[in-house]
Amino acid sequence: MRKYDKLIFELSRPGRRGYSLPPIDVDVEDINSIIPEHLQRKTDNKLPEVSENDIMRHYVNISNKNYGVDTGFYPLGSCTMKYNPKINEDMASLFQTLHPLQDESTVQGALKLMYELSEFLAEITGMAKVSLAPFAGAHGELAGMMIMKAYHEKNKDFKRTKVIVPDSAHGTNPASAAIAGFEIVEIKSNEDGTVNLEALKAALSDEIAGIMLTNPNTLGIFEKDILEITRLVHDAGGLLYYDGANLNAIMGEVRPGDMGFDIIHLNLHKTFSTPHGGGGPGSGPVGVAKHLVEFLPKPHIEFRNNKYILNCDCPDSIGRLGNFYGNFAVLVRAYTYILTMGKHGLKHASRMAVLNANYLETKLKDDYLLAIDGICKHECVFSGLIDKSTGVTALDVAKGLLEFGYHAPTIYFPLIVDQAIMIEPTETESLETLNEFIAVMKKIAQIAKEDPEYLKHAPYSTPVRRLDEAKAARNPILKYEANE
Amino acid sequence: MTYKYIPHTEEDIKTMLKEINAESVDCFFRDIPESVKLKRDYNLPDSMSELEVMRRLQELRDLNKNNLIHFIGAGSYDHYIPSIIKHITSRSEFYTAYTPYQPEIAQGTLQYIFEYQTMICNLTGMDVSNASMYDGATSCAEAIMMATSITRRNKVLVASTMHPHTIETINTYGHYNGYEVEVINHHNGLIDEIELLNKLNSDVAAVVVSNPNFFGLIENPESYVQKIHDNKSLLIMMVNPLSLGILKTPGEIGADIVCGEAQSLGIPLSFGGPYLGFLCAKKEYVRKMPGRICGQTTDVDGRRAFVLTLQAREQHIRREKANSNICSNQSLMALMATVYLATMGKAGLKEVCEQNIQKAHYAYKRIIALPNFEKVFAGPFFNEFVVKTNIDYEIIKEALLKENMMPGLHLGIYDEKLKNHILFCVTEKRTKAEIDRLVEVLGGLK
Repeated sequence: MRKYDKLIFELSRPGRRGYSLPPIDVDVEDINSIIPEHLQRKTDNKLPEVSENDIMRHYVNISNKNYGVDTGFYPLGSCTMKYNPKINEDMASLFQTLHPLQDESTVQGALKLMYELSEFLAEITGMAKVSLAPFAGAHGELAGMMIMKAYHEKNKDFKRTKVIVPDSAHGTNPASAAIAGFEIVEIKSNEDGTVNLEALKAALSDEIAGIMLTNPNTLGIFEKDILEITRLVHDAGGLLYYDGANLNAIMGEVRPGDMGFDIIHLNLHKTFSTPHGGGGPGSGPVGVAKHLVEFLPKPHIEFRNNKYILNCDCPDSIGRLGNFYGNFAVLVRAYTYILTMGKHGLKHASRMAVLNANYLETKLKDDYLLAIDGICKHECVFSGLIDKSTGVTALDVAKGLLEFGYHAPTIYFPLIVDQAIMIEPTETESLETLNEFIAVMKKIAQIAKEDPEYLKHAPYSTPVRRLDEAKAARNPILKYEANE
Repeated sequence: MTYKYIPHTEEDIKTMLKEINAESVDCFFRDIPESVKLKRDYNLPDSMSELEVMRRLQELRDLNKNNLIHFIGAGSYDHYIPSIIKHITSRSEFYTAYTPYQPEIAQGTLQYIFEYQTMICNLTGMDVSNASMYDGATSCAEAIMMATSITRRNKVLVASTMHPHTIETINTYGHYNGYEVEVINHHNGLIDEIELLNKLNSDVAAVVVSNPNFFGLIENPESYVQKIHDNKSLLIMMVNPLSLGILKTPGEIGADIVCGEAQSLGIPLSFGGPYLGFLCAKKEYVRKMPGRICGQTTDVDGRRAFVLTLQAREQHIRREKANSNICSNQSLMALMATVYLATMGKAGLKEVCEQNIQKAHYAYKRIIALPNFEKVFAGPFFNEFVVKTNIDYEIIKEALLKENMMPGLHLGIYDEKLKNHILFCVTEKRTKAEIDRLVEVLGGLK
């Protein structure tokens, strides 16, 4: 196929158009008499002038330079790139014409869907109540940390200005706590990424508002001391926040609420199969235990007198987190997924995700250095190749995978593992797909020994090859300029 | 039981367990303490077939009124959406990809983000745009945090003529993040310039004003921007990007940071989301911006290529010292806006703006000519306007809903002083016949 390399602006020719509008059917006035000239733009909007066919071909051509879950195996650790069911997309389109402020009596179906979804998620996580308002995982984390602060403020416990974050956590955890106005106390993890109880005890005090934990942790290991951790934090007057990034490992087996967590967030675009959209939109519901329900974001969706309502009268709420009620069309997709899978299907999904990860872990551990030797949950983490003499890095392995037609795993995360390669297969991949991937990973390990230079310069046949990222940052070109 | 999204047969499971010397799937969960394990089934519905799921969702859809003729806007606008948008955004090469961490196989995503950034910059007259934000309200909160970081000042003066939900969101962020919000009153529906200038002092990081404002009116920050800059404060403008087909750009006005809600650019109403926040700024502030930014570079063969850049601002590198905690963008919505802007193009965006203005003014003139309605503000407006009535809002709403029309928003729910003030919106989608029918129904009420 021909290599396509145009920007939409480079297709533009004066006088072409891709749109049509009906002729205006009301009496018109001179526009300058309505909008005074000094309030009008003088500069060209520089939008392209292109025909509809130009636009369609352009975007189809650039879409061919992308790799999605529908293209092939996408084992990006910590991102849960499972298959995105097509019925979810169709169901989301059933609600496209609803205005967020149209009368409550005319959106009872939409509100009922939201109410039921939040009940489903509360049951899945063991929390008392779930708000669907946050727009993404990091937004859910931020909401969770605001709730933590609101709780201590309500108790007039203003000393609690610090939050404990293990060094194995996602970068968003400390960043979200900081945006919510907390100071971060980082504690060193054990080698397997689990919480070091001694370090935790030393960090706890009456200045600690709470702790942010991922369980299973970012190394895919379950915190076996979780009950001791929750007891210690609660005894010290703190709250526990659960990062739901890894919920796909434990559905039907164990619930964050039963482990003693007070606040959680979920990523509907991970565990609940909604598409990642090239980086969004996602959805990051926040759930809380009973003693924190009043702090959930505004408005609260409630069922009263046989009607679903958006209750804005919630004085202890942290407040609004956006203009409306969250990413509704994403919620429809997650709701559709839960109905399709049902109570047994969700549990089966987690079990198969964990089986797939353990299968990969065992099959690859003769060539790649396991970060932790032992059973994992939904993902496994390696510390580069076992044979360190080749000089082949995690990045080179990733680029080799691109050359052989795969998306790469997450690399260089978690930060506590040198040359981390984090593989999350998800439950939607078959044994055949896993075996083919294992064969390619082994082939890469072999090439690393025989011809490391090949990997250091890979990929070769992708739409573009390795990029000069330093140049992009040193001399930023962030928009197209004609005649550059 | 097998499930359509899970390919494992009983045989596969046996094979896999045997291959890795595991006795059962249960053994992978042995490290979970018995006392916390869930020992019952979830209290959730059983698995449903596709047909059953469709029926359930269609029943929920049918509990809504899905085809109302909208005369309501207030942050969410019923515009014409060209068919081509859904054909492009439903290509799964786009929507089943994630953040372009591996640029060699993500040039599709990266290129449309680059095109999006270019269009947003050209529309607003600003130098640099990020790859998008969650929604308008959160983009405004992020713009404020950016301004407090640039100026090392802690207070923002916010126009009371901004969307009340945006002001609430700004307040939520401010309470926890630590910046202080002071709301400036309005005068004739526009920010009170005298009060604003009186309150400008050395604590003020930024002045935040939206355009068109919540009442639909066109603000004129040009008349005070110099004084803001003289005070070493920043001007943050929150704009409806569609209106920039006609209205003076924030760049021409002299704004420092520009944010807003871009739902009006080809994104369906969808009961409030997902929408598209955007954020752009003067180039000297690029390293203070939140979120993803895409830049142009070359690959080892010298070909033009695109990549996420200036990442030293972001959480995965800077952790608690990052500019923002944001880690995603609204990429697919940015694609919708990009295709919308490419489709409407240079002339179409202007034409659609003119149609909004003409139709809204036609409706406005006819409504204020009715005996029970009167005008409230005198200034020029875009596609929304406020009228006052002596008829109870509930009566108006019931009468119009019977006609399958949704009236404008009752402003009395936000401000007791604005009881029976209604904010109407008329976009290019409304026909003369629909507007005439609206006026007829309103005229028949007592």
